[in-house]
Amino acid sequence: MNLATLTLHEASDKLGRREISSRELTEEVFERIDATDAAVHAYLTLARDAALAQAKQADERLKQNNSVTPLLGIPIAIKDNFLTRGLRTTCASKILGDFIPPYDATAVVKLREAGAVIVGKTNLDEFAMGSSSENSGFFPTRNPWNRERIPGGSSGGSAAAVAADQCIAALGTDTGGSIRQPAACCGVVGFKPTYGRVSRYGIIAFASSMDQVGPLTKDVRDSSLLLQAIAGNDPADSTSATRAVPNLSEALNGDIKALRIGVPKEYFVSGMQAEVEQAVRNAIERLAKNGATIEAISLPHTEYAVAVYYIVATAEASSNLARYDGMRFGHRADAKDLSETYRVSRDQGFGAEVKRRIMLGTYALSAGYYDAYYLKAQRVRRLIKKDFDEAFKHCDVIVTPTAPTTAFKIGEKTQDPLQMYLSDVYTISINLAGVPALSLPCGFDGAGMPIGLQIIGKHFDESTVLRTAHAYEQATEWHLRKPRMEDR
Amino acid sequence: MKLTCADVRRVAVLARLRLTEDEESQLTAQLDAILVYMDKLNQIDTSDVEPFSHATVTTNAFREDRVTNQADADALLANAPDRDGTFFKVPKIIE
Repeated sequence: MNLATLTLHEASDKLGRREISSRELTEEVFERIDATDAAVHAYLTLARDAALAQAKQADERLKQNNSVTPLLGIPIAIKDNFLTRGLRTTCASKILGDFIPPYDATAVVKLREAGAVIVGKTNLDEFAMGSSSENSGFFPTRNPWNRERIPGGSSGGSAAAVAADQCIAALGTDTGGSIRQPAACCGVVGFKPTYGRVSRYGIIAFASSMDQVGPLTKDVRDSSLLLQAIAGNDPADSTSATRAVPNLSEALNGDIKALRIGVPKEYFVSGMQAEVEQAVRNAIERLAKNGATIEAISLPHTEYAVAVYYIVATAEASSNLARYDGMRFGHRADAKDLSETYRVSRDQGFGAEVKRRIMLGTYALSAGYYDAYYLKAQRVRRLIKKDFDEAFKHCDVIVTPTAPTTAFKIGEKTQDPLQMYLSDVYTISINLAGVPALSLPCGFDGAGMPIGLQIIGKHFDESTVLRTAHAYEQATEWHLRKPRMEDR
Repeated sequence: MKLTCADVRRVAVLARLRLTEDEESQLTAQLDAILVYMDKLNQIDTSDVEPFSHATVTTNAFREDRVTNQADADALLANAPDRDGTFFKVPKIIE
């Protein structure tokens, strides 16, 4: 058996029993990367030497039984929008092509302290703006289940790396679905926690009121372990929550007998792939068979979410990305004066989608349009959040598809940005409302592509989301299927 | 039409972006389609709705105003496109 195929909890158990060493595990992960990444292109930067040094340290700690954590010695991939001290961090943008961070993101500090091994940095849509990873400034990542298809985005590299066993688990970020949609496309588990649950310090900012860090893993138990390690208040992020983080693994007890599951009628509309609808309805039936009660609910402002999101997110992005001016870090062009230096540096450094979003956001915030677009969107955003508050009076979790279709073909939607934006229809309301949501595999379509089930919880109730997901996973075997890379 | 080529040129200056003529006309069409789509928000009466501020927090996060980190000038300057000793070197602003 190749050790790279292990889940995090399996590998952790074997390390704890000294059946394997972190060095062996890490070496097999890199062998797997060497064998498959020319086809998948999940990684932008590999940290082979540093990873083997970290593995050696982890083996020492294991040998001495010194501060053993579930992550000790576990090879983890990190999306390339997390700052990693001394390890190139590009955000998949040419404007940061040779940027070496002087400090670590808080989530990375926590991984290092727990003794995790950092394998490398994974590809994404430039500045996390996209749903297919095709907007990377370097190259597109391919779906391990079918290389003609997108892996989803923006955390496409992390999702593909987990699916292809090029790491044991990965971190991603999710602003409008960027963990959950690629998890669905690649047949893995992706969890966006409550806004504020994980520190955003050291995450390259896209839309600060929605950006959130979360795990991409091979199963639900792994998701709980990795989230546990990174969650909690951080004085360096004033928006991080002060609430205590419960023991998340304790939630995985299989008991969903008293659980009320809400099914929103607005999420089952024409335009979705028939096989996706069928798989999700079967999953809901399965949860009901295991004791949950199903409630029909309504989230009446769902149809406005895409419009609200692409105003709020682009407005915040246009402001956040103003820092790329070529003065203190990043690409600087040679130009005749200061104003031209700004404009040419940004023209050369940013790709088409990033420019499009900066333009849209700048327009929405500009004099004469602020009230009509930005303020209007923030008013409707409050109504979208109220929809969830109202719905959660009648249920404990809400279950929906993660995406209206399985992974589409590379190039299929690149010419029509609005069509690309509409593929986020089921994930973005969750970021607008700030609630937690997880995607896990619930079937495959006729072409053999994975289908994702989305489970949405109340603010700070990650435990019930994990309990529901785990109960479903225990009752099914979708998560055990692996892509046959050799065939493609 | 919600947007003209002149609007796009004006916004590009605000956003400090340089666009080619082709990019200008392509962006005009794409952004126009997106803004037309966003018109659907006007179907909702929001005159009594306060704008959203934060998902879960209703109070500000205050902290003591004191230094908690030690800046390492060399590490921070290591990514500078141009530097002079412990200073960032930038293009001339005033002739």
